[in-house]
Amino acid sequence: MKAAVLVFPGSNCDRDLVVAFEAAGADVTMVWHKETSLPDGIDIVGVPGGFSYGDYLRCGAIAANSPITRDLKAHAERGGYVLGICNGFQVLTETGLLPGALLRNAGLKYICKTVPLKVQTSDSIFTEGYNAGDVVGFPIAHHDGNYYADDETLAQLEGENRIAFTYEDNPNGSRGDIAGILSHNRRVLGMMPHPERAADIGHGGTDGAALFRACVGALTPA
Amino acid sequence: MKARVHVMLKKGVLDPQGEAVRHALGALGFEGVNGVRQGKVIELDLAEGATEATVKEMCEKLLANTVIESYAIEMG
Repeated sequence: MKAAVLVFPGSNCDRDLVVAFEAAGADVTMVWHKETSLPDGIDIVGVPGGFSYGDYLRCGAIAANSPITRDLKAHAERGGYVLGICNGFQVLTETGLLPGALLRNAGLKYICKTVPLKVQTSDSIFTEGYNAGDVVGFPIAHHDGNYYADDETLAQLEGENRIAFTYEDNPNGSRGDIAGILSHNRRVLGMMPHPERAADIGHGGTDGAALFRACVGALTPA
Repeated sequence: MKARVHVMLKKGVLDPQGEAVRHALGALGFEGVNGVRQGKVIELDLAEGATEATVKEMCEKLLANTVIESYAIEMG
């Protein structure tokens, strides 16, 4: 099973994401943003956290128009899998692959701590290693993680069971306590919390490892 | 020629920065500030003959995120 992790200027969770995918058994290639196409045969693309392009203009806005991002969109439109974490989630909303947007945290502060999340659905390759209703601890580290979508979009996300994770104790003002959402075909997951930072015993928690094990397992031929 | 693009959060989208500025003005003794909305201004230096339609396209594709932001264009 082959994974690609995109690297933008200012990405800083790219290596962590590679380690988490590799620990789950994936063959991972890092892809610089100036490349115009993903390597052949990629099953899943990871869009990592960080501060791509210094968060200039809007978080994720410049990365959403990087050369590699055009092929990322093509990959998703072909039914390919994508996992966007933190800044990666912001990039996915800016590209339109996921609905809504991430605003400045309601408390205006950058927040870095491990928070409890509720798994809302196990119906995706990312979340099938959990049961709906499970509470897991993932670190958050963001200044702009306040999920916003209009009422109609929120109702659609709920109606289609596309809310993957919610905050148990909303840290940033996100509408509907939303921490992560799935695309219409359930193959694109964007989330602000960092499962790759809770994937090894040395991280102080391993709740995130199940996410990588599940998606690598689902995409590895039996 | 110049164009100036004003980008603001849409009405109904909470603006926590504007709210913080409003509180700070109150703390400085300015009374009666009922609301503050903070946005940004982007100045473009364009080749002669650039049209407002082109600037609108720039806004839609990059300068504003129309999920959360509205924009206004001033040409010239």
